[in-house]
Amino acid sequence: MREFGLFALVALLIVGTGAFQSWNLALTIVNMGLISAIMAIGVNLQWGFAGLFNVGVMGFVGLGGLAAVLVSMPAVPEAWSAGGVQMFLALLIGLATIVAAVFVTRRMPKGRLKALAMMAVLIGGFLIYKSVFGPARDAIESVNPAATGYLGGAGLPIVIAWPVGGVLAAAAAWVIGKTALGLRSDYLAIATLGIAEILIAFLKNEDWLARGVKNVNGLPRPVPYEIDLQNDPIFVERASGLGLEVVEASGLYVKLSYGFMFAAVLIVILVLAQLALKSPWGRMMRAIRDNEVAARAMGKDVTSRHLQIFILGSAVCGIAGAMMTTLDGQLTPASYQPLRFTFLVWVMVIVGGSGNNLGAVLGGFLIWFLWVQVEPLGVFLMQTITAGLADGSALKDHLLDSAVHMRLFTMGLVLLLVLRFAPRGLIPEK
Amino acid sequence: MDFLNAIVALLNFVVIPATAYGAQLALGALGVTLIYGILRFSNFAHGDTMAFGAMSTILFTWLLQSWGVSFGPLPTALLALPFGIAACAALVLFTDWGVYKFYREQRAKPVILVIVSMGVMFMLNGLVRFIIGTDDQRFADGERFIIRARDFKEMTGLREGLAFKTTQGLTIVVAILCVVALFWFLNRTRTGKSMRAYSDNEDLALLSGINPERVVMVTWIIVAALATIAGTLYGLDKSFKPFTYFQLLLPIFAAAIVGGLGSPLGAIAGAFIVAFSEVTITYAWKKVATYILPDALDPSGLLQLLGTEYKFAVSFVILVIVLLFRPTGLFRGKSV
Repeated sequence: MREFGLFALVALLIVGTGAFQSWNLALTIVNMGLISAIMAIGVNLQWGFAGLFNVGVMGFVGLGGLAAVLVSMPAVPEAWSAGGVQMFLALLIGLATIVAAVFVTRRMPKGRLKALAMMAVLIGGFLIYKSVFGPARDAIESVNPAATGYLGGAGLPIVIAWPVGGVLAAAAAWVIGKTALGLRSDYLAIATLGIAEILIAFLKNEDWLARGVKNVNGLPRPVPYEIDLQNDPIFVERASGLGLEVVEASGLYVKLSYGFMFAAVLIVILVLAQLALKSPWGRMMRAIRDNEVAARAMGKDVTSRHLQIFILGSAVCGIAGAMMTTLDGQLTPASYQPLRFTFLVWVMVIVGGSGNNLGAVLGGFLIWFLWVQVEPLGVFLMQTITAGLADGSALKDHLLDSAVHMRLFTMGLVLLLVLRFAPRGLIPEK
Repeated sequence: MDFLNAIVALLNFVVIPATAYGAQLALGALGVTLIYGILRFSNFAHGDTMAFGAMSTILFTWLLQSWGVSFGPLPTALLALPFGIAACAALVLFTDWGVYKFYREQRAKPVILVIVSMGVMFMLNGLVRFIIGTDDQRFADGERFIIRARDFKEMTGLREGLAFKTTQGLTIVVAILCVVALFWFLNRTRTGKSMRAYSDNEDLALLSGINPERVVMVTWIIVAALATIAGTLYGLDKSFKPFTYFQLLLPIFAAAIVGGLGSPLGAIAGAFIVAFSEVTITYAWKKVATYILPDALDPSGLLQLLGTEYKFAVSFVILVIVLLFRPTGLFRGKSV
C-alpha cells in the first residue's frame, strides 16, 4: 500500500510537471529518472544487500559512457594506420608488466632478491611501455585533431554499448575489488572515491581513446532524429490528427521511444535484482551484511561474495552510464562531478530505502525530480523573498544569482531529514 | 656551477612548492584524524568545512580592506583569520548540535555517521556556493615575494632563479606554529590529555569522570581552527575556488590514512609523503637533468613520469600500497 501511494505521488509530480510546465520537460525527467533508478539499483545491490560502501559510482558511469563511444562511433582508419597497432602493442606491454609483477609477487621467495626483481620489472616495463606508447599516442592524436584525433569506435549500433558498458565497468570493478575489498568500510570509501577520480582523469586526458575534454559529439542514436520526423509526411499527418504541433510532437516521440527502451532495461534489471534478493544467494548476502563473523563461521566465503556483488553492482552502474551517454548523444568527460554522479545516487538509495530495490527505484525518480525542479523553485522562492528589496540592489542581485545553488543545499537537507526521521528510507527493507 | 643550478632548480620547482603543499595538507589531515580519533568517523564534509572557513576569512578580509586596514607586507587575511575561525567554529558546533549529536547519543555505527557527513557536505557545499559563488576569488595582498627569481639570480650569479613567495613562507611558518601549539595542547594541558584519553579508550575515560560533550566540543573547535587555517593558506597560495576544496578531500584522507588514522604525528608525516610524491612524480625533470648529466646524455623528453592531471593517482597509489602492507598506517593508527 505504502509503495503504491509513494509511486502514485511521484507519478503525480511528473504529470503535474507535464500539465503546468511542459510535457517535453516531464518526459526528460522521466528518462533521466529511469537511468537514475538503474544507478540506484546498482548502488543498492552493493550497499543494501552487502553493506559495501562504494563512493566511486561516477567512475563506473564514466566507463559506461566510454563504451558508448567505443561501440558506436565510426572507426578512424587514418588514425588506425598511423598508430593503432603500436598503441595495442603498448597496452600489451603494460599488461605484461603487471602480469609479470604479479607473478614475481606470487612465485619468488621473500627477500632482497624479490624486491629487486620487482623493482626491475616495474621500472623496466614502465620505461618500455612509455617509449612505445608516446609515439603511438602522438601519431593518433595528430590525425585531424580538430575533428577526430582518436581511434574511433567499432561503428556498431549504440544499443550494444549498454551491455558493453556493463562489461567494462565489471572489469574495472574486478581489479578494484581484488585490491580494495579487504579494507574496512571507510577505507573502501576513500579508495573508491580515488578510483573514480582517476577513471575520470583518464577519460579527460587520454585523447587518443575518446578525445578527452574535446568531447565526442553526435553519437549515433537508436531512435529517429526529430528533423527526419518533421520531414516525414506520415508522421506530420498523425501528429496533426492528434492535434499536436509537429515540432513538439517529434520531440515527444523521440523522448517516448527512449523512455520505452530505458523502461525495458529497468524492468529487466529490477526483476533480476528482486529474484536475486529472494534467492538463497540473496539471503546469504544479507546474512553476511548483518553479521560477517557468523557468516564466515558458517563457511561462507565472505571475500569472494563481496567481490561478486561489487562487480554486479558496478556493472549495473556501467550499463546506466552507457544509457545516459546514449541519451545525451555526446561524451563530455568534464561534466562528471562526484557530487552529481556519486553522492546524488547515494541520496537516492538512502532516501528510497536501502536494501529495497523498489525503494531504490522510487528514490531515483523522486530525487531526480527534486534535482531538476529545485532550481526553478529556488529562483521563485528568492524572487518572493527579495520582492520587498529595491530593484538593482546588490543583495537582491546576489540572492537571485545564487538561487541555483540551492540545489545542493536541498539535497543535503533531504538526506539529513530522511536519515534522522526515517533512517530506513521511504520504503524500508522487509 | 651546474650542480648548484640543479639544486636551485630542484628547490624552486620541487622542494618549496611541495613543502608548502604538504603543510596545507598536514593541517587538513590533522583535522580529519582528530575527528576520527574522538568522534570515530571519517568526515567527508571536511573539505567543505575548509572551504567555509576560508570563505569566512575572505569575507572578513574584504571588510577589513574596505576599512583601509592592512598588515604591512603580510596579507590582510592573517588579521581576518581569528574572525574566520570563530565563524567556522560556530558553524561546526551548530552542525554537531543539529546533526551529529543525535547519532552519537544513539551510538550509531561509524558508517552511518559517514553517510550523515555526506549530507552535511552537500549542505555546506551549497551554502558556500550560495554565499560566495563558484568563481575564483583572489584575496592575497601585501608583499608577493620573500625572494624574487631575478634578485636571486643577480645576487648569486646563477642561471637558475629561486622564487620564494610570501604565501609559501607564511604557510610553512603558520603550519609549524599550529602543530607546535596543537601538540603542546594535547600533551600538556588537562583538556588535551582528556581528549587523548577519550580517544584511546572511551569507556575508561567516561569512568574517570571526563565529560564527553566537553571533549567533543573542544575537538570541533580545534578542527574548525585547523580547517580554516588550512583553507585560508591554500587559498592564499593558489586561489580560492569552492570546488577545489572538495577535491582536496582525497589527498587529505590519503595523508591521514597513510600516517595512521587517529594519530596526529602520522597525519603530518603522511601529508608530506603525499605532497612530495605528488610533486616529484608529476614534475618534468628535464631541467634538473640537463644540469647534472653530461651533454651526451641529454634527455630528449620532458622526463615527466605522469602528467599533472594524474596527481590524484599518486595519492591513491601510495594509499593502496600502505594499506596493503601496513593496514593501520605508518604510525599505528586505530583500526575499527
